[in-house]
Amino acid sequence: MKNKSLVSINDFTKEECLRILDLAEKFEANPVQDILKGKVVATLFFEPSTRTRLSFESAVCKLGGKIIGFTDASSSSVSKGESLNDTIRTVANYSDVIVMRHPIEGSARYASEVSKVPVINAGDGANQHPTQTLLDLYSIKKTQGKLENLNICLVGDLKYGRTVHSLAMALSDFNPSFNFVSPKFLQMPKEYKMYLDNKGVKYDEHEEMKDNIKNADIVYVTRIQRERFSDPIEYERVKNAYILRKKHLEGTKPNMKVMHPLPRVNEIHPDVDDTTQAYYFTQALNGVYTRQAILAAILGLV
Amino acid sequence: MKDIKELKVSAIKNGTVIDHIPAKSVFKVISILNLDKIDNHITFGTNFESKKLGLKGIIKISEKYFEKDEINKIALIAPDAKLNIIKDYVVIEKKVVEVPEKIIGIVKCVNPKCITNHESITTKFTITSKQDVSLKCHYCEKITNQENIEIL
Repeated sequence: MKNKSLVSINDFTKEECLRILDLAEKFEANPVQDILKGKVVATLFFEPSTRTRLSFESAVCKLGGKIIGFTDASSSSVSKGESLNDTIRTVANYSDVIVMRHPIEGSARYASEVSKVPVINAGDGANQHPTQTLLDLYSIKKTQGKLENLNICLVGDLKYGRTVHSLAMALSDFNPSFNFVSPKFLQMPKEYKMYLDNKGVKYDEHEEMKDNIKNADIVYVTRIQRERFSDPIEYERVKNAYILRKKHLEGTKPNMKVMHPLPRVNEIHPDVDDTTQAYYFTQALNGVYTRQAILAAILGLV
Repeated sequence: MKDIKELKVSAIKNGTVIDHIPAKSVFKVISILNLDKIDNHITFGTNFESKKLGLKGIIKISEKYFEKDEINKIALIAPDAKLNIIKDYVVIEKKVVEVPEKIIGIVKCVNPKCITNHESITTKFTITSKQDVSLKCHYCEKITNQENIEIL
């Protein structure tokens, strides 16, 4: 994996993904090390982010590396009209690895082609967010003890949610059974269902949460964005059907965990936060270990 | 009848005849193959009746033979095109075009949020289906279907 860019979850083989998860476990056991000493990590955030940027920066700090970059395109030469090509070629001179979030889809692939140092995609528009997928896999493995043969319930906006797309693809190597719960017009897109069909993965589609979470090992909730609805009344009507509350957790499996990529708005009621099933904040913490593993592997330090 | 039809576009001695091009795509074919930038003698005709295509066009290029990779670029817009290789006024070989595995340039990505529509980058696609052509963008990973194909 040394010097390999991570743009799409498909850039890593199943074995490489599993190696990252093993490394993440080691970093969780021993998160403060000096292995990034003398290394410079550029974090270029053309779009705001809380968790992704801060967990990357936390990962670098704990490993003794230094960070350069910007948190907002307006404070960079992009605001003067600099092309992505020029920004990346310049920053590649100053850093050992580039972590980039950009609103335009495919920007990370392009950056990886013009950069002389590896590029880690921290989200390119609605396309890919592979480090999120790896931390999700790590969280699933950590809570369930395995990745194979799990019942995964994905809830919310399955049409535009890049995290659920990548997660469904990544899990397809581990014989899962999926339940997709979403409003009809926010269903899992055809291309991902075709991908699962080709791999022989079982999935069912539902419009209501109801009993579909009862058999689940993982309930993965995503935000339904108001702006997806042309009719605000329709949004009000639909949103309540997809709010997970404490009372829904009765009768679920004892090993079941609730995950969410965050930020959450109202789709998980705060009364779930203190239950044993709530896992989303720990999931965000796992992002630090997973990103330590990714940085260390790509920089060839482990 | 056959002779009259052939004579609508004059015969060439040596070179390539590209027949069965949908009439609306003749100028795109000229552009994709860079025929507007070469010095060879070129004759073409368009809007001829065709049982299969409705209206078709034909292009004859003197002293020019195409590599497979080069000619296959037109498969997206002229999938039924037939090539006749001419030597000394005689057809010595007939070829059909095939949709290639990869398309570099030529097609615009359908996704308005794709980086190729924001910076000057050559588009790249892999073919995910040859039957009803669908192209997967190398950058944004979105699918451009046959009906959305727009030639750059």
